[in-house]
Amino acid sequence: MIPLSHFMLISAVLFCIGLYAVLTKRNAIQVLIGIEFMINAAILNFVAFGQFDKIKGGGQMFALFAIVLAAAGVAVALAIILNVYKHFRTIDPAKIDTLKD
Amino acid sequence: MGPEQIVFYFFAALTLISAFLVVYIQNLVRSIFLFFITIFSLAAMFVFALADFIAVTQVVIYVGGVLVLMLFAFMLSNRELLSGLQQVRGGFKLGHLVGLLICTGLFFLLYSAISSVDIVNLPWIKESQPIRQNDNTIHQIGINTMTLYLLPFEVVSVFLMMALIGAAHLARKEKNS
Repeated sequence: MIPLSHFMLISAVLFCIGLYAVLTKRNAIQVLIGIEFMINAAILNFVAFGQFDKIKGGGQMFALFAIVLAAAGVAVALAIILNVYKHFRTIDPAKIDTLKD
Repeated sequence: MGPEQIVFYFFAALTLISAFLVVYIQNLVRSIFLFFITIFSLAAMFVFALADFIAVTQVVIYVGGVLVLMLFAFMLSNRELLSGLQQVRGGFKLGHLVGLLICTGLFFLLYSAISSVDIVNLPWIKESQPIRQNDNTIHQIGINTMTLYLLPFEVVSVFLMMALIGAAHLARKEKNS
């Protein structure tokens, strides 16, 4: 039996790596991968606590829903990124700044 | 340390190292393939949390869906797009240092929170009925989906259809151009 705090530590590290990718990457696809890391860190915590909830299975069920939502999000985000590239000829989030003051 | 622990920590190290490399490596296609390794070893860790159905779903949806989608978005697009996506400027920037500071700060915050809470002795975990290794969790998940979580299940199905229509609408070609 793996102790729960180890699952939480691993997911904390994974969340921080994802946050770093979101904050510093100059490429929208890598920002998207960082968001996926953060979602997966949350799912790992859901699943790790879900092993103490056998009857209702809340952790595992919401891990399933979170995986489905993340997949749908990726599909729409990739379509948006391709459209942004067609329009601006770049996918650097720092350069897409026509909405600024 | 039994074989279970050894395999678990092997996959944990694989997850963290490949996740770090995904962020560190400049080449975009390589970082997507490393993302594949991260997702796969995360699925292995779900098995150790006694959630085998979630592990299989993770492999099917992420590896079979999201990853193939990402790779298709690159490799079936025109070459101009692919080379345009790959150019990444190297070099050290102030923004990276600030990002690193924020992330390490958040990590130590999370670490102190995790180490200060006595998780195993929480009342709801002590009273709970943990999943045993020979339990049939898939049976339980099927019953829960159709009873307790029926409303989220239906909402997710409508949401998936919205995402399908939205992605198809966004990705279609304009008639004029």
